Amino acid sequence: MAIRVVTDQAAVQVPIVTGRRGALGAVTRGLTRNRKALAGLGIFGFFVLLAIFAPLIAPYDPHALQFDQMLQPSPAHLLGTTGTGQDIFSQLVFSTRESLFIALGAGLGATVISVIVGVSAAYMGGLWDHVLNLFTDVFLVLPTLPLMIIVGTYLNNRGLVVLIGVIVVTGWSYGARQLRSQALSLRNREFLEASRVRGERSAYIILFEVLPNMTSLIVAIFFGAALYAVLAAAGLQFIGLGDPNSLSWGTMLYWAQANGALLAGSPVWVLAPGICIAALGAAFALINYAFDEIGNPALRPVRRARAGRISMSHK
Amino acid sequence: MSYLVRRLEFFFITLWATLTMNFILPRIMPGNPAQAMLVRYHGRVSPQTVHAIEVAFGLNPGGSIFQQYLEYLRNTVTGNFGTSVTFFPVPVGDVVKQSLPWTLGLVGMATVIAFIIGTVIGMLAAWRRGGVFDAILPPVFIVISAFPYFWLALLFLLAFALTLGWFPLGFAYDLTDTINFSWSFIGQVIWHGFLPALTIVITSIGGWILTMRNTMITTLAEDYVKMARAKGLSPLRIMFMYAGRNAILPNLTGFAMSLGFVISGAILVEIVFNYPGLGFTLLQAVHSEDYALMQTLFLMITLAVLIAVLAADVVTAILDPRTREQG
Repeated sequence: MAIRVVTDQAAVQVPIVTGRRGALGAVTRGLTRNRKALAGLGIFGFFVLLAIFAPLIAPYDPHALQFDQMLQPSPAHLLGTTGTGQDIFSQLVFSTRESLFIALGAGLGATVISVIVGVSAAYMGGLWDHVLNLFTDVFLVLPTLPLMIIVGTYLNNRGLVVLIGVIVVTGWSYGARQLRSQALSLRNREFLEASRVRGERSAYIILFEVLPNMTSLIVAIFFGAALYAVLAAAGLQFIGLGDPNSLSWGTMLYWAQANGALLAGSPVWVLAPGICIAALGAAFALINYAFDEIGNPALRPVRRARAGRISMSHK
Repeated sequence: MSYLVRRLEFFFITLWATLTMNFILPRIMPGNPAQAMLVRYHGRVSPQTVHAIEVAFGLNPGGSIFQQYLEYLRNTVTGNFGTSVTFFPVPVGDVVKQSLPWTLGLVGMATVIAFIIGTVIGMLAAWRRGGVFDAILPPVFIVISAFPYFWLALLFLLAFALTLGWFPLGFAYDLTDTINFSWSFIGQVIWHGFLPALTIVITSIGGWILTMRNTMITTLAEDYVKMARAKGLSPLRIMFMYAGRNAILPNLTGFAMSLGFVISGAILVEIVFNYPGLGFTLLQAVHSEDYALMQTLFLMITLAVLIAVLAADVVTAILDPRTREQG
């Protein structure tokens, strides 16, 4: 499961963005200038291409049971075959689709809840803030895996929607906490005061004044949540709480473990899906960490930090 | 003082939320899975046990939902968790009692080791900012933090147990032996626990390094650190007693809040190594749809995390006078 670095971001000063185009532009600029982010984006892009062109890349039908069982890697079967005679490489390529879908879908769901809970806690303040904050902390500290296992077992439904739902419900709290700290630090800025004096409605202020200024953090939280989703889905599928007939990396590991692949001398069956999970996870983690550096200039590598600060003061 | 009061409030609310979730979940789930369990119990247990299950899962409800809730709470507080299906007819409480020490020992030791090593490395990386150490470690650990715990466990199992044969394939001690407190038995426990602990340390250490490094960088810019440098204090003293000491507090709070994640990963590690702790037992409970055992395990895991969080809060309150003054 992913490590969560729980830091207090309230101290971080948020550069104010004006105009809607500026927000996304700043995010793109930050991403393309950071080496960690570029590496992460590269890996992520590779998997996206793999998912799109899976039928062209995979040499065989991933479900076909037409080969000998437990073949070692060879030119005909790049990664060998499974215990039921499927081509492991083809399975791996097709599994990218579902694994990516879970990561992005659950990541998006968790981010939406984070934004709603975190921003409204900070914006409404008072008792609401106290209650929502407590609610967030409770979900943050609850051990999510046992909770996911219990809900998954009760539902007795191994579908994709249930899997994503369980991950979303257990994965939003970390982002909500970060967003709340940042929204709190924005709350008393002059430009928000100005829009309040103009008589704008709260919904307008939140949507068009507060959120654009948090774009960078929201994107970071999305990638953090996607990392959590990749690892959580892999864990749940590994212990058999996914759909065993679906094609995804976690399910492949489940079948490898169920067939005793390690003891039977087919380590590739275990290694290959794990490397894919770790690589996709690392891509998300790198992008997420890069955003920490973008949002908090103090953390940037020393030499470039100076250049960064100068360009900031020019804004 | 009000800091600790607030943390106690958090402790009890989370505990209550866990208990209530355990009560509500089986009642709102479609298809009433507990009914199936009751069928399996039929004729094997006393009428009192059947009644206890009915109360716990909301079958054949006697009285209002509120009365059921009270009875459920009373049963839980008095340690009456019902009977396990997996280890029939052993009471759930006894099953948990057997597995709890293994998880506490394994996860506790591994977490403390990871915290200490990670904090020291993070301190050094921030101190020698931009050095070789600092350039290599953070990216490496970001990548490692994305490894699935159980997959790393499988890798270690493959490399060090299957291929090299240095460590056993699993379990916490030789099954031919019985639990005792001789030196040879303790040696066995360490030998069996080494790979699981190593997995947890390696995957969780990155979090401590990164948080410690980031807080330490902020602390090093403080005026009192400049003052200490100006006074000509030795660098080691500034690093540990001035900057490090102040940077460690936020790290400690973060440490406590992340325990839920660490224990989630540890559960999967236990499953890979057949380590007889709470996680491994949880998997057995899942396979035999042993809901009473599952719920109690969830409660115990949460309770363990909450107690650790509370302990970290008490330590923070002792170390940081500010938490005692402000509210």
